[in-house]
Amino acid sequence: MSKEKLVLIGNGMAGVRTLEELIKLAPESYQISVFGAEPHPNYNRIMLSPVLAGEKGLSDIILNDHAWYAEQGIELISGDAVVRIDRVRRRVIATSGREQAYDRLLIATGARPLIIPLPGHELPGVIGFRDIADVEYMLQAAKQGGKAVVIGGGLLGLEAANGLLKKGMAVTVLHLMDRLMERQLDRAAAGLLQASLEQRGLAFLLQAQTAEILGDDRVRAVRLADGRRLEADLVVMAVGIRPNIELAQDAGIYCERGIRVSDTLQTFDPRIYAVGECVQHRGTCYGLVAPLFEQAKVAANHLAHLGIARYEGSATSTRLKVSGIELFSAGEFNEGEGDETLLLQDPAAGVYKKLVLRDNRIKGALLYGDTLDGSWYFSLLREGADVSDLRKTLLFGQHNLGDAGHGDAGANVMSLPDSAEICGCNGVCKGDIVKAITSKGLFTLAEVQAHTKASSSCGSCTGLVEAILSSLVGEGYSVKPSQKPLCACTDYSHDDLIKGIQQHQLKDMAAVRQFFEWKTPDGCASCRPALNYYLLARWPGDYRDDAQSRFINERAHGNIQKDGTYSVVPRMFGGLCTPAELRAIADVCDTYQVPEMKVTGGQRIDLFGIKKEDLPAIWADLSRAGMVSGHAYGKALRTCKTCAGKTWCRFGTQDSTGLGVKLEQLTWGSWMPHKFKLAVSGCPRNCAEATIKDFGVVCVESGYELHIGGNGGIKVRVTDLLCKVETEEQVLEYCAAFTQKYREEARYLERTAPWVERVGLQYIKDALFDPAQRQALAERFRYAQQFAQIDPWKERAEGAQAHEFNKIALPARDAGLGIR
Amino acid sequence: MTHWIDIAALTDIPKLGSRVVKTQSFDIALFRTASDQVFALRDECPHRRGPLSQGIVHDTTVTCPLHNWKIDLSSGQAKAPDVGCAPSYPVKVENGRVLLSLQEMAQAA
Repeated sequence: MSKEKLVLIGNGMAGVRTLEELIKLAPESYQISVFGAEPHPNYNRIMLSPVLAGEKGLSDIILNDHAWYAEQGIELISGDAVVRIDRVRRRVIATSGREQAYDRLLIATGARPLIIPLPGHELPGVIGFRDIADVEYMLQAAKQGGKAVVIGGGLLGLEAANGLLKKGMAVTVLHLMDRLMERQLDRAAAGLLQASLEQRGLAFLLQAQTAEILGDDRVRAVRLADGRRLEADLVVMAVGIRPNIELAQDAGIYCERGIRVSDTLQTFDPRIYAVGECVQHRGTCYGLVAPLFEQAKVAANHLAHLGIARYEGSATSTRLKVSGIELFSAGEFNEGEGDETLLLQDPAAGVYKKLVLRDNRIKGALLYGDTLDGSWYFSLLREGADVSDLRKTLLFGQHNLGDAGHGDAGANVMSLPDSAEICGCNGVCKGDIVKAITSKGLFTLAEVQAHTKASSSCGSCTGLVEAILSSLVGEGYSVKPSQKPLCACTDYSHDDLIKGIQQHQLKDMAAVRQFFEWKTPDGCASCRPALNYYLLARWPGDYRDDAQSRFINERAHGNIQKDGTYSVVPRMFGGLCTPAELRAIADVCDTYQVPEMKVTGGQRIDLFGIKKEDLPAIWADLSRAGMVSGHAYGKALRTCKTCAGKTWCRFGTQDSTGLGVKLEQLTWGSWMPHKFKLAVSGCPRNCAEATIKDFGVVCVESGYELHIGGNGGIKVRVTDLLCKVETEEQVLEYCAAFTQKYREEARYLERTAPWVERVGLQYIKDALFDPAQRQALAERFRYAQQFAQIDPWKERAEGAQAHEFNKIALPARDAGLGIR
Repeated sequence: MTHWIDIAALTDIPKLGSRVVKTQSFDIALFRTASDQVFALRDECPHRRGPLSQGIVHDTTVTCPLHNWKIDLSSGQAKAPDVGCAPSYPVKVENGRVLLSLQEMAQAA
């Protein structure tokens, strides 16, 4: 069967990105031809400003060179624009007369700068700022020095003005409105920006209406409506862009401001798709890169005949690419009725931050001078996260939530030297990341992780890596977090899968993969553990755990260490230990020559350096002494830390140790989205550190304060107070209900701290304060515990999964082989 | 001529799992895929010698349990952008038995 023919009109970022996504999904399905009007291969248009400013060369911004097209078997016809689409015969016709038949057509003709038809606009020396030719023209003009006038004080105009200034021209920016970047900035931020640009040497005329461009053989001056006259050797028009729709219109494809497309990026002719700046989707035309990439993904999904993705529009954010000026804006930041505004102004430091909230959710963010938290605010905005509990510190940024010293202490990441270490786990410096992004044309966090290893271990540097990405490539990496696919095997997000497993009664992994049309035969090391958990959490009585989908720690019930040995942590309920248990631990260490014993931070004893094949025997010995697995290796309930309590302590108010034992007995064995820790402190002195645990209890004279969502990990987070109760029974019921809510709804590998921040404390209170819901949750937890509270160590000591621990020996006559 | 050693029954290796074969100087990991293909690699990740046998097997790839490198089971090659190779050994399944040779295979270029 011959392949279907796909023709792409427009060799720009959106169109070629669609092809890249399509090749990932269905490499063999089309014979592809690309028509490009420009003579260049595909390049990164958003990097034109740094090229103009002399910070980068043209070769630095090529995304796909000619060799790439050849490798993919794509025919590239550059420098020959398509002039007509013949929908009846399904052919496109180019300037040269060349014709190309198509089965499917992808239009990605982009946009062009809006040129106001003023008298004189056609004079040589008047140009837009759009493509490589414009940049080359400007660079050429700047060599003569002289004066430049930029019409338009928006993002693009300011970037052009900055570039020309750096190239030695005297630049004046004319802007029709009374402030710069009025669509991205409020008055205060615009003022700061203007002052800072003036300091660099740019001149501004606001509320300036251009009446005429003057000149003879080329431009000489600009005349304003009020009669003022400005000398000019170069005039750059940067007043906006207009979608290129003429080709589509001529072919009878329905257009309004842009080419109208559905949520599948199809035009009114279903064989014809359109993506990018030429498109109008749900009434909106986009001129930023992130939405284009999201469109590309969806269009590719349909072209690959998968048909499961939909584009529902994008929230966008902006960064000004003028080096040395930090500016970020997203959403709606001009407050309306019912909105609340959080404002931080520090004129001396040159910092201005504004957040607009509605119903305790971020609606808009505007940052000037310190944009480090831009991507954090943006992700809260896109998620619609409830920020009521962050309000007090929200403006001070993510690092101010508490930090164990890993995060950047507020200094802007782009001002760090190249040698600054960004990823502490893998030793990756800022320079490595910047180089990988620019030289390999990376756009997503996943790509940076794959190429540099940064942010691929503990994840504490993810925010910094995202900040570097967004300052280099704009917002190209940002997909709404809740829509982020779980992994490369699927287009569906964690939330889709959690819901789907419940709604469609999917009870095993094969059923999930089939229902959600997995792209790989048996998933990967990311999705399999997640699915295994979701199925286990949803169907505790039905689903059979899949050992091969568990990370080795959970499969071998011990922590794998760097040399391939394991560590063993027996459970000590509430931190209590008997002499007999202590002796049993000591004996095990003697018998198996355990190299190191250590008391852990969770009040238990860790035995290090154990060979895997010795594990079942050690467990058998510990089992005989009555000890069970501490699950110190699992995405599971870990420990319940306690203090002395009123039995011994002068200040203790309740039997905190006893309550700790009860809580641990209730919860041990349960699998969780991530590790989960408990603590009970006997008085507000809080010796058990209950306020940095996933669920903490602080005993007081009159009862028990319940705390949730704390975490002493990468980012220290103090708990939120959930409520106060009077009896131990209530503590146990709340604990079971909270745990179950988390188990059922959080995403795999999401700890309670980010989960609580994402869904909002009020949401959890609403569920837990309703007696019926609380009891139902607690009941479901107790039901699941019937199946979970089986000691895995005892099972294995008795021979379960023996193949996991036994090595196969070579037959005696071959035993000498393999020596080297 | 290849010297084949009868190591185990195919069913001794769990599907999408592995077994470790102990030789005097190093371990070899035997992997079984969902479609019952069997592969043999030196049980050491080319990165930091992580025991590949302990990784998660998916399709014809294993992910190292220490730092998530992905190793192609048929060649031992790390998947791009990582670079490195674990030595691989000839292995075949006959009548439900797994036969292994300890003759290290030539490394693909």
